[in-house]
Amino acid sequence: MIDINKPWIYNENNNYFIWYNQQERAIMKEFKVIEVKRSILEDNDADAALLREELKAQGTFLLNLMSSPGAGKTTMLKRTISMLKDEMKIGIMEADIDSDVDAQAIAEAGARAIQLHTGGMCHLDASMTRQGLREFNTEDLDLVVLENVGNLVCPAEFDTGACRNVMILSVPEGDDKPLKYPLMFSVCDVVLINKTDVLPYFDFDMEKCQKYIHMRNPGAKIIPISAKNGEGFMEWAQWLREQVESWAHSR
Amino acid sequence: MHELGVVFHVIKIVEEVAAENQLTEVESVTLELGEVSGVIESYLQNCWKWAVKKRSVILKNAALKVETVPAVTYCEDCRKVYGTIEHGKICPYCGSANTYLQRGNEFQIKEISAC
Repeated sequence: MIDINKPWIYNENNNYFIWYNQQERAIMKEFKVIEVKRSILEDNDADAALLREELKAQGTFLLNLMSSPGAGKTTMLKRTISMLKDEMKIGIMEADIDSDVDAQAIAEAGARAIQLHTGGMCHLDASMTRQGLREFNTEDLDLVVLENVGNLVCPAEFDTGACRNVMILSVPEGDDKPLKYPLMFSVCDVVLINKTDVLPYFDFDMEKCQKYIHMRNPGAKIIPISAKNGEGFMEWAQWLREQVESWAHSR
Repeated sequence: MHELGVVFHVIKIVEEVAAENQLTEVESVTLELGEVSGVIESYLQNCWKWAVKKRSVILKNAALKVETVPAVTYCEDCRKVYGTIEHGKICPYCGSANTYLQRGNEFQIKEISAC
């Protein structure tokens, strides 16, 4: 019996049917329930692990760089490129919601640059990263830096497939950021504390900040830098150099 | 914060499952969403409505059903569990911060209804 007020019925297998009344003819569709049980983040994690294997095979070190907007990612990269461009081939993938101002600045500094538009998305995941790398032709590059979307929340939750994660915290943002965005600080291998040149003008307690970071992530390497005057860049460039070398040799 | 991104992931996974099972129309997708997963259901629904129409044929009329998983934190010092939303990181029984999230950050596709 078809009850027109109740467009669905169950059969003995607990599958249900929906009646469509089209041109006075009832068409029956049988919907069944399929158990999926797949975690969104685990799926991305698996994809990211695969991407890391691919990068290892081609000997390209991928660095995921995260920070809030305006912390100085592009300025920091420009100085890093100028220090390392004679030793290695560098590419920068700029992920922004829109515009290509950063990619232009990077290209002028002497690295290959590509602008990824995330189309409103607040983070990059492994499949977007792979897509960007493919367009980019990274086979001959030693170091690719993925400049993630400026945001301290979402990028931390999605593994991009990068070999190492680095974040920049800038002095004007305040020393309490590790307490407010714990996940970001716990996923990073290195925390660069940028804009040390303006320390005299802010109530930023460097010791307290380092303590907060180590509370979240005891293994994090912390390097205070100034992208403007170059402070701390010897140590930072040396860390990067060692990482790129050991990645290439672990093949 | 990243509802649109996770919606694209859900669509991708469901389309894979649909291809494996030779399904042509998905009627609904049920998610298990932890209370502290950082995903807001109303945003998710809005993104979903837009994305399935734009990105998918078999999902274009699919409804999104969300089952919320309550967040529970375990205290390693007094070995009690408590609601994460109410009390956060600090155990309400013994005041310890030596606690971890037992469940509540799930973001999982539980099942789909399709034909």
